[in-house]
Amino acid sequence: MAKQMSIEQDGTVIESLGNAMFKVELENGHIITAHISGKMRMHYIKILPSDKVKLEISPYDLTKGRIIFRYK
Amino acid sequence: MIYYKTEEEIELLKESSLLVGKTLAEVAKLLEPGVETMKLDRIAEEFIRDNHAIPGFKGYNGFPATLCISINEQVVHGIPSDRVLKDGDIVSVDCGVIKNSFYGDSAYTFAIGDVKEEVLDLLKTTKESLYKGIEMAVHGKRLGDIGHAIQNYVEKRKYSVVRDLVGHGIGRNLHEKPEVFNYGRRGTGPILQSGLVICIEPMINLGRKNVVQENDGWTIRTKDNKPSAHFEHEIVVRKNEAEILSSFKYVEEVLNLQNN
Repeated sequence: MAKQMSIEQDGTVIESLGNAMFKVELENGHIITAHISGKMRMHYIKILPSDKVKLEISPYDLTKGRIIFRYK
Repeated sequence: MIYYKTEEEIELLKESSLLVGKTLAEVAKLLEPGVETMKLDRIAEEFIRDNHAIPGFKGYNGFPATLCISINEQVVHGIPSDRVLKDGDIVSVDCGVIKNSFYGDSAYTFAIGDVKEEVLDLLKTTKESLYKGIEMAVHGKRLGDIGHAIQNYVEKRKYSVVRDLVGHGIGRNLHEKPEVFNYGRRGTGPILQSGLVICIEPMINLGRKNVVQENDGWTIRTKDNKPSAHFEHEIVVRKNEAEILSSFKYVEEVLNLQNN
């Protein structure tokens, strides 16, 4: 069985949940919880509600994501 | 974390993979126009359980069946249903088992009845590209070399490589590190070492490379609805030449028997 690669999508942060977790609304309207990637944490990239971000979502669990980029 | 297997573990993995090969042969015996894919799935599950193993895909992340049966434009992960095979279809049958807590995983694409020349050529190319990839899987090479060999071979013949699905390491889990891309640049990626067990599985489209997921949450089909082929081997990286753990021997015996 082939492994599915993670899906990349853009979304907007709607709420900060603490512990570097966020509620993000995707472009297709779905709302998922996402955490910030380790590399972004290392570089102290701050994320605020209303920021546009790029997410990585595992095809096996579409309710959780990983923020990998914050757009300017 | 990449796990390198010991010889004892490789023996067990080989046993599991050979059982997959035998199961595919059982399925191959039944392949003909008019057979329901659900029936194939049932036969395969019975055969696997008779051999004291467990179907590897059933329940994996909620997959409902033993086999992945993908017809024509379906690339992989097709769920068996009451769909009936027709003359001129190509069917990719992907099977996995767990035996002695180790996984076996292999796939073969069959042609049903009279298939168009261009599609037969796609099957042939896909199978050959798999062996091109396996040639590269030797100690000291890099993971990108495998992908490059496959991509280069396939794209020369104007076919395209699916990007959204990749091969994988295998062992006590179905999907382990590393991800084995079917495309890539030479000399990139981690260095291959002896004892690494991976599944190389080129998925090649007749048309463009884009794929979409159906609403059932599993089936992947090509966006332009052109046929796609899929072959998979489980191999172990060795010093001079990769050892192929799974085997198409049983399948090809059945196919030769039918042709004569």
